[in-house]
Amino acid sequence: MFQNIGEIVLLFWRTLCALPFAWRQRQKVFDQFFEIGNASLLMVCVLSFFIGAVIALQTGPVLVERGLASAVGGIVGISVAKELAPVMMAILIAGRIGSAMAAEIGSMRVYQEIDALRTMNINPIHYLVLPRVLAIAIALPLLVVFAILVGWFGGAVVAASNSRIGIPFQAFFDGLRDIVDLQDVANGLFKSFCFAVIIGAVSCHQGLVTIGGPRGIGRSVTKAVVNSIVLIVIFDYILTRFLLK
Amino acid sequence: MNPPVNNTGVSLQVRGLRKSFGGQEVLRGVDLDVRPGEIFVIMGPSGSGKSVLLKHLIGLETPDAGEILINGESIESADIAAKYRMALVFQSGALLNSLTVGENVGLYLTEHRLKTPAEIERIVAEQLEIVGLAEAVNKMPAELSGGMKKRAAIARALVIDPQLILYDEPTSELDPLSAVVIGDEILELKRKIHVTSVVVSHDRDLAFGVADRIAIIHEGRILTVGTPDEVKRFNDPLIQRFLHADFKRDPQSKTL
Repeated sequence: MFQNIGEIVLLFWRTLCALPFAWRQRQKVFDQFFEIGNASLLMVCVLSFFIGAVIALQTGPVLVERGLASAVGGIVGISVAKELAPVMMAILIAGRIGSAMAAEIGSMRVYQEIDALRTMNINPIHYLVLPRVLAIAIALPLLVVFAILVGWFGGAVVAASNSRIGIPFQAFFDGLRDIVDLQDVANGLFKSFCFAVIIGAVSCHQGLVTIGGPRGIGRSVTKAVVNSIVLIVIFDYILTRFLLK
Repeated sequence: MNPPVNNTGVSLQVRGLRKSFGGQEVLRGVDLDVRPGEIFVIMGPSGSGKSVLLKHLIGLETPDAGEILINGESIESADIAAKYRMALVFQSGALLNSLTVGENVGLYLTEHRLKTPAEIERIVAEQLEIVGLAEAVNKMPAELSGGMKKRAAIARALVIDPQLILYDEPTSELDPLSAVVIGDEILELKRKIHVTSVVVSHDRDLAFGVADRIAIIHEGRILTVGTPDEVKRFNDPLIQRFLHADFKRDPQSKTL
């Protein structure tokens, strides 16, 4: 395990060192970015709508019964922006995109395509890892912006339509504005950026160390997703502690 | 990165090369000398260490002991890849499945930005024409047969304008006609660009058809090196068995 972590950190460092070559790989970054957005946007919207909705449903009746109706918008707003949207979207992207990255790079490794790149003096980190890590580091925070907005909307819809809550749209968003400020949203986006780097580095690393044919590729995909999720949850705590006001 | 303009084949020396995987010694002190511009064939039965040796020659594997020298310079020196142009034709072709055949063939030039896109397109068309794949430029590797993949891999290697070209089982999985085309191609490259070629194969027809010299490897050791005639005459039961192995048909089955 510690060897894996060391290798992931080393891969991340090498990817950072390759950043000056990012402009040369812009087409690949754009292709990956399009792939991530195209594959995930609808799912992100559906997932975040219901996350916002369920938070409103869980907290709304309890708060309204105690005369705290004005806090519902704020609670939904802050929990979606600071915690649920970044973490849930990162887990979704780890499953959808991290697995695809590990599978693609893993099959390239198994079928000697990466060896072929090396014989042509093409650095696999520049060619394969850098575009993927950059694309996911840009795409995930943008998806989280969507997720936050849709999550708030989902919460507002439930708050307005559920008879036990009955908070109008305007009142919900007034309450949300009272509690949530731009710093909270920025914290959520910063977290999602960190999670994106974790997913990119872990998935690419798993792909690059794949051995043993199709079964090896399957193992790498599973490891990429599981390790990404474990690291996301651990780093979520560390980042939350660090960013706590 | 601009490669040096030097079309002469390079010399290759292997000294005391050893390699183990998980405690199993695959190469047990290999020594070889490949002369500039010659076609050097390494033959041996499956599992004798041929492909592992080939991977060492292009730096894909790091030896446990010993050294590999190209024109007297260690393959581990930092600027060796920039100094000498080397290519490996993989047994499977190893074309990038996400790129078209044309993009695969032009990949080296595109990634190193050595030519304009129009020039790359022209060079790719020329190289594919040479290997008889002009019509496949826009096809994906998955649409090609095994032989076509190998020819595309050779075209990709040629684009590098190599001084050293390594072939890993170039005729495996090919029909006899395609195998002859590949063999002719190896000879043609020697004639045209004086490239040094190292061919790993257990195809006796190919080896004796194209080789200037042949090395026989068995269990990680070189048994003999010589011209095809010298190797044929070499008085070693193992080599003779390897060179003359053939099917023994049951006489009765001929009548069936």
